[in-house]
Amino acid sequence: MDSATPARPRKLVPVVALAAAAALTLAGCSSSSGGKKAEERAASGASAGKATTPRMKVALVTHAAPGDTFWDTVRKGAEAAAQKDNIELVYSHDPIAGNQANLVQNGIDQKVDGIAVTLAKPDALKAVLAKAQRAGIPVVGLNSGMSDWKRLGLLEFFGQDEAVAGEAFGNRLNTDGAKKVACVIHEQGNVGLTQRCDGLKKTFKGTTEILYVNGTDMPSVQSTITAKLRQDTAIDHVVTLGAPFAFTAAKSVSEAGSKAKVATFDLNKELVKAVQAGTITFAVDQQPYLQGYLAVDGLWLYKNNGNYSGGGEQAVLTGPAFVDKTNVAKVAEYAAKGTR
Amino acid sequence: MSTAQLAPLKDGRTRERALAVRWLARPEVGVFLGAAAVFVFFLIAAPTLRDGGSMATVLYQSSTIGIMALPVALLMIGGEFDLSSGVAVISSALTASMLSYQLTMNVWTGVIVALIVSLAVGAFNGWMVVRTGLPSFLVTLGTFLILQGVNLAVTKLVTGNVASDDISDMDGFDQARTVFASSFDVGGVEIKITVVWWIVFAALATWILLRTKYGNWIFAVGGNKESARAVGVPVNFTKITLFMAVGFGAWFIGMHNLFSFNTVQSGEGVGQELIYIAAAVIGGCLLTGGSGSAIGPVFGAFMFGMVQQGIVYAGWNPDWFKAFLGVMLLGAVLINLWIQRTATRR
Repeated sequence: MDSATPARPRKLVPVVALAAAAALTLAGCSSSSGGKKAEERAASGASAGKATTPRMKVALVTHAAPGDTFWDTVRKGAEAAAQKDNIELVYSHDPIAGNQANLVQNGIDQKVDGIAVTLAKPDALKAVLAKAQRAGIPVVGLNSGMSDWKRLGLLEFFGQDEAVAGEAFGNRLNTDGAKKVACVIHEQGNVGLTQRCDGLKKTFKGTTEILYVNGTDMPSVQSTITAKLRQDTAIDHVVTLGAPFAFTAAKSVSEAGSKAKVATFDLNKELVKAVQAGTITFAVDQQPYLQGYLAVDGLWLYKNNGNYSGGGEQAVLTGPAFVDKTNVAKVAEYAAKGTR
Repeated sequence: MSTAQLAPLKDGRTRERALAVRWLARPEVGVFLGAAAVFVFFLIAAPTLRDGGSMATVLYQSSTIGIMALPVALLMIGGEFDLSSGVAVISSALTASMLSYQLTMNVWTGVIVALIVSLAVGAFNGWMVVRTGLPSFLVTLGTFLILQGVNLAVTKLVTGNVASDDISDMDGFDQARTVFASSFDVGGVEIKITVVWWIVFAALATWILLRTKYGNWIFAVGGNKESARAVGVPVNFTKITLFMAVGFGAWFIGMHNLFSFNTVQSGEGVGQELIYIAAAVIGGCLLTGGSGSAIGPVFGAFMFGMVQQGIVYAGWNPDWFKAFLGVMLLGAVLINLWIQRTATRR
């Protein structure tokens, strides 16, 4: 809405500023390192041909909160597969269980040829998934719901067995000589996250403390972990369940003046650098890109060749893959593209 | 603008305005036009939405917002508002679920106790507001935080997990599901029972607001508390009962969540209170109280449900959802304002 007043000279200021900025950029004030250009130099993305199978529509419905790096990677994988398989991908997400169920219903209404869904809150999705089966739509699961996908009648599942990953994590902590661990859960009510900490507790020989934080509010995550470290100086390892939280935990460690080391589940581009630099000791990667990719591709294979990934009996495991100083260099080149 | 007819009136001080103009001046008409615009827009943008089943999904999504938006709107007409309504829904569901499960009782016991708890929370909010004279914003912000913490802590304490246990195999569950979360078939389209309840509650709220003494009290206490008190309106009673009505709404939606999803996640419900308030505001309820309707929030909630599902039906990138919602909210409010101004100009 422009006001009807005639333009005053003051209105020219932003225009002049913009022009100056543009001129400066062109005049060689560009950075010689980093930035978009470096990213472009690093990335010559995985590209492939395109299938000639009939066009199909797949809905991917996750419980992601908006703006989560992990879920962005899942989506990238799903999009890559969709592009390759001549699939129209409808992506939607909502962390509230009831809304997620509604989004699955939305896919059914659209008469999609396949649904890929995360089962972080399996009971809430039970009814709507039964509906999808009645409508004859093949459904596969990904990421969360390892213990529930068969009960809910899904065809296939792609993900990491969270309990197994947690146990592997606990064993690793034993090798590293940890004594007391804080396990930071950033999403209340997520079965998968709870299983990770439980698995860790099972194999870890020291004491495990569970710490709940509000994952949608990073500053509060930082202060909560800081407070915990100050309150309990015996904690020597902070375990986070998502890459963005590992950095926050590392900040909290220095803020609290603690000696604790930080290790994490999941990975992203910056985390790889942190492992290389040694601020984070190690990460367990469940390969989100692979989850998204395989879920979409699994539906395509089922539709066009009647294949059951995992034989319809077992889940297809995408993790745990440990990333530490020994193998980080190889992972880094893909992480730079945001696909690992 | 049509020219208004000059006509002799009962008191001769005001001009009779054209019917269309008078009609436009009603708060719910602006939102009706806005909802119709959004509806038509998505019908064009999303072909899959033209299906009956898709419409049923939109209506269902709208009803879960709309049932709560009604008491929230009444409370706002009464000049107060409630920030704790989002988490109160989850508190109610958790209460019913855990009580039934832990004491192994018929689930109706849990349902009744949850109703009492929800009404008590509402009464507490109202009592605090009228006793202390603090703004309801502050009082209910406190309640919101208390409930959020209690939801998690008590659930963890009682069940050892962060979600309540599955009660779907217990006595009375099926009956309760029929009441709160069943669906029925209309010409091959599955309509959720909440849509029916939504219409019933909207009719009830409209009747209360326009045809009863209590409805007049609501407008009076929201318009000017002191004048209302001076003419003998029971201000404290009205406000406390309005907060309790929000408690009732929270209980109802909480029961719906429980019986449609069998378990309840303790961390949910945060942020929903703003959605309810937004639906009421789009529906023409003023933040300052004293004005609004019960049918307005119905269209406000419908708009929300429409956008929430419509974006997905249209196959758009969901990253834009919140931004779109915000633009729509501002747009609706501005349209409302403009219609009000042009329609009430003399």
